[in-house]
Amino acid sequence: MQTSNAPTKQSQREGRVLAVVVWLIGMAIVGIGSRRWLPPLASEHGAGIDSMLNYLMITVGALVLSGHLVVGWFLWRFGRGQPVSFRLASWRIERRWSLVPVVLLAVVAEGGVLALGLPVWAKIYGEPPAGSLTVEVTGEQFAWNVRYAGADGKFGRTLPKRITLDNPLGLDSSDPASADDIIALNEIRVPVNRPVRIRLRSKDVLHSFYLPYLRVKQDAVPGMNIELWFVPTRTGTFELACAELCGLGHYEMRGLLFVLLEEQFQHWLKEQKNG
Amino acid sequence: MAEKLETAHAGFLRRYVFSTDHKVIGIQYLLVSMGMAVVGGLLAVLIRLQLAWPGEKWPWLGKLFPDGMAGGVMKPEFYLSLVTMHGTLMIFFVVSLALLGGFGNFLIPLQVGARDMAFPFLNMLSFWTLVPGCLIMLGSFLVEGGAAAAGWTAYPPLSAVRSAIPGSQWGQTLWIVAMALFIVSFTMGGLNYVTTILDLRTRGMSLMRMPVTLWTLFFASALGLVAFPPLTAAAVMLLLDRHFGTSFFLPSGLFFGNQVLPNEGGTPLLWQHLFWFLGHPEVYVLILPALGIVLEILPVFARKPVFGYRLTVYSLVAIAFLSMIVWGHHMYVSGMSPYLGEFFAIGTMAITIPSAVIGTNMIATLWGGSLRFTTPMLFALAALVFFGTGGFGGIFLGNAASDIYLHDSYFVVGHFHFMIGGVTLMAAFAGCYYWFPKMFGRMMSERLGKLHFWLTFPTFYAIFLLMHYMGLAGMPRRYYAFDRFEFLEALQAPQVWITLIAFVLSAAQLLFLINFLGSLLRGAVAGPNPWGATTLEWAAPSPPPHGNWGDQLPEVHRWPYDYSVPGAPTDFTPQTAGPAEVPITF
Repeated sequence: MQTSNAPTKQSQREGRVLAVVVWLIGMAIVGIGSRRWLPPLASEHGAGIDSMLNYLMITVGALVLSGHLVVGWFLWRFGRGQPVSFRLASWRIERRWSLVPVVLLAVVAEGGVLALGLPVWAKIYGEPPAGSLTVEVTGEQFAWNVRYAGADGKFGRTLPKRITLDNPLGLDSSDPASADDIIALNEIRVPVNRPVRIRLRSKDVLHSFYLPYLRVKQDAVPGMNIELWFVPTRTGTFELACAELCGLGHYEMRGLLFVLLEEQFQHWLKEQKNG
Repeated sequence: MAEKLETAHAGFLRRYVFSTDHKVIGIQYLLVSMGMAVVGGLLAVLIRLQLAWPGEKWPWLGKLFPDGMAGGVMKPEFYLSLVTMHGTLMIFFVVSLALLGGFGNFLIPLQVGARDMAFPFLNMLSFWTLVPGCLIMLGSFLVEGGAAAAGWTAYPPLSAVRSAIPGSQWGQTLWIVAMALFIVSFTMGGLNYVTTILDLRTRGMSLMRMPVTLWTLFFASALGLVAFPPLTAAAVMLLLDRHFGTSFFLPSGLFFGNQVLPNEGGTPLLWQHLFWFLGHPEVYVLILPALGIVLEILPVFARKPVFGYRLTVYSLVAIAFLSMIVWGHHMYVSGMSPYLGEFFAIGTMAITIPSAVIGTNMIATLWGGSLRFTTPMLFALAALVFFGTGGFGGIFLGNAASDIYLHDSYFVVGHFHFMIGGVTLMAAFAGCYYWFPKMFGRMMSERLGKLHFWLTFPTFYAIFLLMHYMGLAGMPRRYYAFDRFEFLEALQAPQVWITLIAFVLSAAQLLFLINFLGSLLRGAVAGPNPWGATTLEWAAPSPPPHGNWGDQLPEVHRWPYDYSVPGAPTDFTPQTAGPAEVPITF
């Protein structure tokens, strides 16, 4: 049989180089990936997200590595210009081999979602436990307005018509519930180990409430009140960023979450009332 | 046919500019996509410049962009325009054009054994509808406020309210108009592709004897036809919201520039659903033809049949179907119902299964072969590797729980650059090197081609792999600079490395352009079948004349992957070889 474009010696060498490069890349991916990349965790539900991520890093990492090893091996082994053995796999054998990817992906991908992902998801989007602290956060270009309901536990009515520089939320002073509302800019103070319920709103465009250390991310959508909750587990100061493109200042829409001890938080709350 | 062939003797304009010949139109698409790729690539270079050295002064760039980089320092709005336009150009005006417009047009009639597309005039109209779309998209950089800056996804209210961002003035309007023209053009092309594949197959070319490229082009066109019209509707609604006071995407109480807007009753989420109803199938519109090209090239240079042809076709059917019902995985944290999130997560993970079957079939095709590491083969292998790594990254994002953390981070940027950047571009390069002799009758330089490969594959891999890790470290995308947050400080060093590697990658693409143009003039003359391939296009002369075939259409007797059949005179048996010459194997 006449063969076409028979491989030259140089082409065979190139095949070997490519095989080695593919092996090295596969090992590099796993090597670099085994470093700890996630910022240190500071919330309760975040443990679920982290274990989801870790599960994927290990299982998918193994798939990536073995994929690269296999491809590299095939390139090495079949790049030497040996004759081809024409074996057309039968329909039955094809189906049997396809079980390998089907089973692997069904377990790793679909199994990961069903067994690990959905319970985490359900908890995050479930009802917050009783005794949670409610904070309203309203995004605007390019700041976070923070509001606490105050002693009456009720948020006063807001009307967009009333928005001024001094009244960024348009708080309606004719509503008695608005009198004791506490308002802050770019700073959220919460007690540690107590569920925090965030009522997320936006005045203008989409924003996204992103607390990297607490593994919280939720878009703020104008016209919607979106609720989320989390339990901070460490005291300290954590950065709040915007994760949905919102305009020129998207990159500097920085807020801070102060996680305080319960008594520090109560003290701060009292100070606000007096002020 | 006689009437059509007359144009072969027509003047220059009818032959090369307003031609109805599918091959000329395909090459026109390819050239336009290359031109747009140069622009899109330069935008990426500017993006990288800013990210590595934020706020640095580049006086000569200040002269080039007196508005966006006044005094040589890049403005945030200009940066966002760059990001928006880089994405838009690369996805719609480079990859879609090259794979469907370019290879689709060139290959479909040749591979089905037809003389031209089913509707040659519509085909020409499709291309000439696209050209003004390209010009308008490029021209939007010159209008006041600059080009669109709301991201390639154009989420309202940012894209709907003209005072929301400078690029949301005329730039965004022109963006919508150009996209509408693109969609009209694409719809005409898609109709042509689907009809040609279904109706103009030559004698003996049954569906299960079609090369995988045709299957993938068929599904990609069909998906485009189903998915694009909703975006047209959404674009019209967005235009109305912007200029005629409607409120499709705008709720009540929006506060901009010290006043409350009069709109009420709309919701920004509607746009996201409509956009991703197009947007997700669109990524398969891009990736499927790329996979088709890879599956076409691997057997040629492994000198053995493709593995699992039937399973690949069935997997394509499954992917095409599933891709229509997973758009919500772009919206896990958008505020839509969490129950929908669960549904979309399960559906998205299901799509990994047929995708993995195709990937495994590609790898298995190498087994037992005799590999020839030509330039097309090298790029096809690169596409295969990116399909693996990129696809595995998708498992992190399709999973709703882990996506909460990774959403809108650089993990996403790395992932989609592997998929709709890496797989598609590597496959497009592979396709160019492979079909260039058929297009122009000359070979491309192997030496330059290999240099191009060795400067492209590792650099591309490094850049977008690093972005995955930065995403794991929490780095959000579409940030003009990363110097405002403490948790991002440690990530500034890799930004500089990425930029330096990106410069090498960009410069390496010049090798491709030089090779392309140089080989047009001086490439070694190619015979009809320089690679020893089996599919029908290699039975035609290189380049094929207008009308493709002589007096008689070719007749097909076998499937397209008869390589190294025992007893055959050569190690490839063309589809036209009858059962008397070589026994039927499949």
